[in-house]
Amino acid sequence: MKKKKKIDSVTVHSFNRGTDLFFNIIVGIFALSCLLPLFFVIVISLTDENALATYGYRLWPKVWSFAGYKYLATMGGELLRSLWISVLVTVVGTVINSTFTSTYAYAISRSSFKYRRFFTVFCLVTMLFSPGMVANYIVVTNMLHLKDTLWALILPMAVSPFNIIVMRTFFKRQVSESIIESARIDGASEMRIFTQIVIPLAVPGIATISLFAALGYWNDWFNALLYIQSDNLVPLQYLLMKIQSNIEMLSQNASAGTQFGGSLMAIPKEATRMAMVVIATLPIACSYPFFQKYFVRGLTIGGVKE
Amino acid sequence: MEENNVAQSPEAIAAAAKKKEGFWYNIVHNGPFLLFALPGAIWMIFFFYIPVFANVVAFKEFQFSPDGFLASLAQSKWVGFQNFKFLFTSDAAWLITKNTLLYNLGFITLNLIISVFFAVVMSELRHKRLVKVYQTSMLLPYFLSWVIIGYFVMAFLNPDKGLLNTMLHTNINWYAEPKYWPFILLFIGTWKGIGYNSILYFATVMGIDPTYYEAATVDGANKWQQIKNITIPQLVPLMTLMSILAVGNIFRADFGLFYTVPQNSGALYNVTSVLDTYIYNGLTSTGDIGMSSAASLYQSVVGCILLLITNAIVRRLDSDSALF
Repeated sequence: MKKKKKIDSVTVHSFNRGTDLFFNIIVGIFALSCLLPLFFVIVISLTDENALATYGYRLWPKVWSFAGYKYLATMGGELLRSLWISVLVTVVGTVINSTFTSTYAYAISRSSFKYRRFFTVFCLVTMLFSPGMVANYIVVTNMLHLKDTLWALILPMAVSPFNIIVMRTFFKRQVSESIIESARIDGASEMRIFTQIVIPLAVPGIATISLFAALGYWNDWFNALLYIQSDNLVPLQYLLMKIQSNIEMLSQNASAGTQFGGSLMAIPKEATRMAMVVIATLPIACSYPFFQKYFVRGLTIGGVKE
Repeated sequence: MEENNVAQSPEAIAAAAKKKEGFWYNIVHNGPFLLFALPGAIWMIFFFYIPVFANVVAFKEFQFSPDGFLASLAQSKWVGFQNFKFLFTSDAAWLITKNTLLYNLGFITLNLIISVFFAVVMSELRHKRLVKVYQTSMLLPYFLSWVIIGYFVMAFLNPDKGLLNTMLHTNINWYAEPKYWPFILLFIGTWKGIGYNSILYFATVMGIDPTYYEAATVDGANKWQQIKNITIPQLVPLMTLMSILAVGNIFRADFGLFYTVPQNSGALYNVTSVLDTYIYNGLTSTGDIGMSSAASLYQSVVGCILLLITNAIVRRLDSDSALF
């Protein structure tokens, strides 16, 4: 029976062989175009610096070399610091974001919460209007005095109103009032109900918003661009941005240059820079295929309204 | 204070039960939920409600005071609509508005056509496993930051070493030639989001009742007729919704695309300046915070009006899809 259904769906949705081949080629080319740049950057990072200077970036280098990665290893300090900042901000930010987003969403999803309407509107209003870059900048720097602190990288993205609305719908669907009522009759406190009953039921939803939050924090450079001037707090993405506009930064900060190959000239700047791009990209490129279903589910997790 | 209430809630509730429904009774009774909502609410106050009121700086000659925001506000003098007057009499206002609108219109159109095309085509391909591979590949750019995408673009467009100049045997200084950039930006911006959007449409196509297709096949309809008369009409509601929502955001440009991909190159400002990059550049480099805040408020207000209009339209068409 099951087999028959499968065959049916193939015949219902399928081109004949010629058309199939044609469209496979078109879609295939586009899919390749999405992978090619990453492949290209990996290849550049593995190309010998002299070959880069002579032949430019090539899809297949004349001379392979690990010099870029070796130099990164000697450079150590700055890169590791940026990596550490990125990891720290991502972990702390994701925990804060998913916690606050879920608790708020849970509160406004419960019909027994008297002020749920107020807090729902309070949240919806934030999606209606955007305070704008300048106003946010002034409040963060002049009122909260967060400039050049880690919090400037974490707090601006600590809650996502849109995810609150999505999670509210999710909680309403997944966690029925009767389960909570029975737990309440058994004497469980609201906190206990939330941690021991609601969260286990809502794992798929929480996983989705956490992944989006983690992705947002890892990829964020905008808050660093606005708020970070100290060299000690530069996250990886922002470091890459600074190096793109000024490749000389690589040699300025690195006393290691003299140890490497004897002279400053020998720093494989191009390859090193691309090696850093690879390091910033690989965690995502390697993990997203496994989390893909959660991301895609985010699209359908809750029609925004109940 | 709230924590106190939770700790003593049983007695407090018992005490309050007599005079029921009083304000404090409600606070105590809803204590746990209020606590749950508190962090989010505080965040909204500091990162939304206060900044909304901070927009008054657009009507001031704003000066930063080290004593905090209120001191800064008090010390800056009112200038009425002067900032707006400067903004709208400059050439920049028209340019950035035009660029923002045109690019976003381009993105909306291209995104719609290409995503639907890929979704329909992928739903009809014979090897379903291959479709999974395609979709996973197409999602990669969506998950990468604009900084990384900026490096990808640079690998192709770098004037000395880039692949494009090598392959075409040209010597074009890409980052100083405005005429290519509308196409580059449209291409990159669309390319990054196609994977995600096409999966959205793909999911809808897969949800169409297969009996429609069976009936059509029995009636002798070929593939194209099926796509034209079944698939596309079933996608129209989603297409409308997505386009209308995008129109609601048409005043917001993707800062990352317009700032990092052209590497903020001054030679390209004519074609890469959009509201967001203009506001940012005014805020940081030129230090003209007045004009910048005026542009920012202009963007927010027009954006909000557009959002309200489009939401009203969506609500009329399909009330379940409306934002509010």
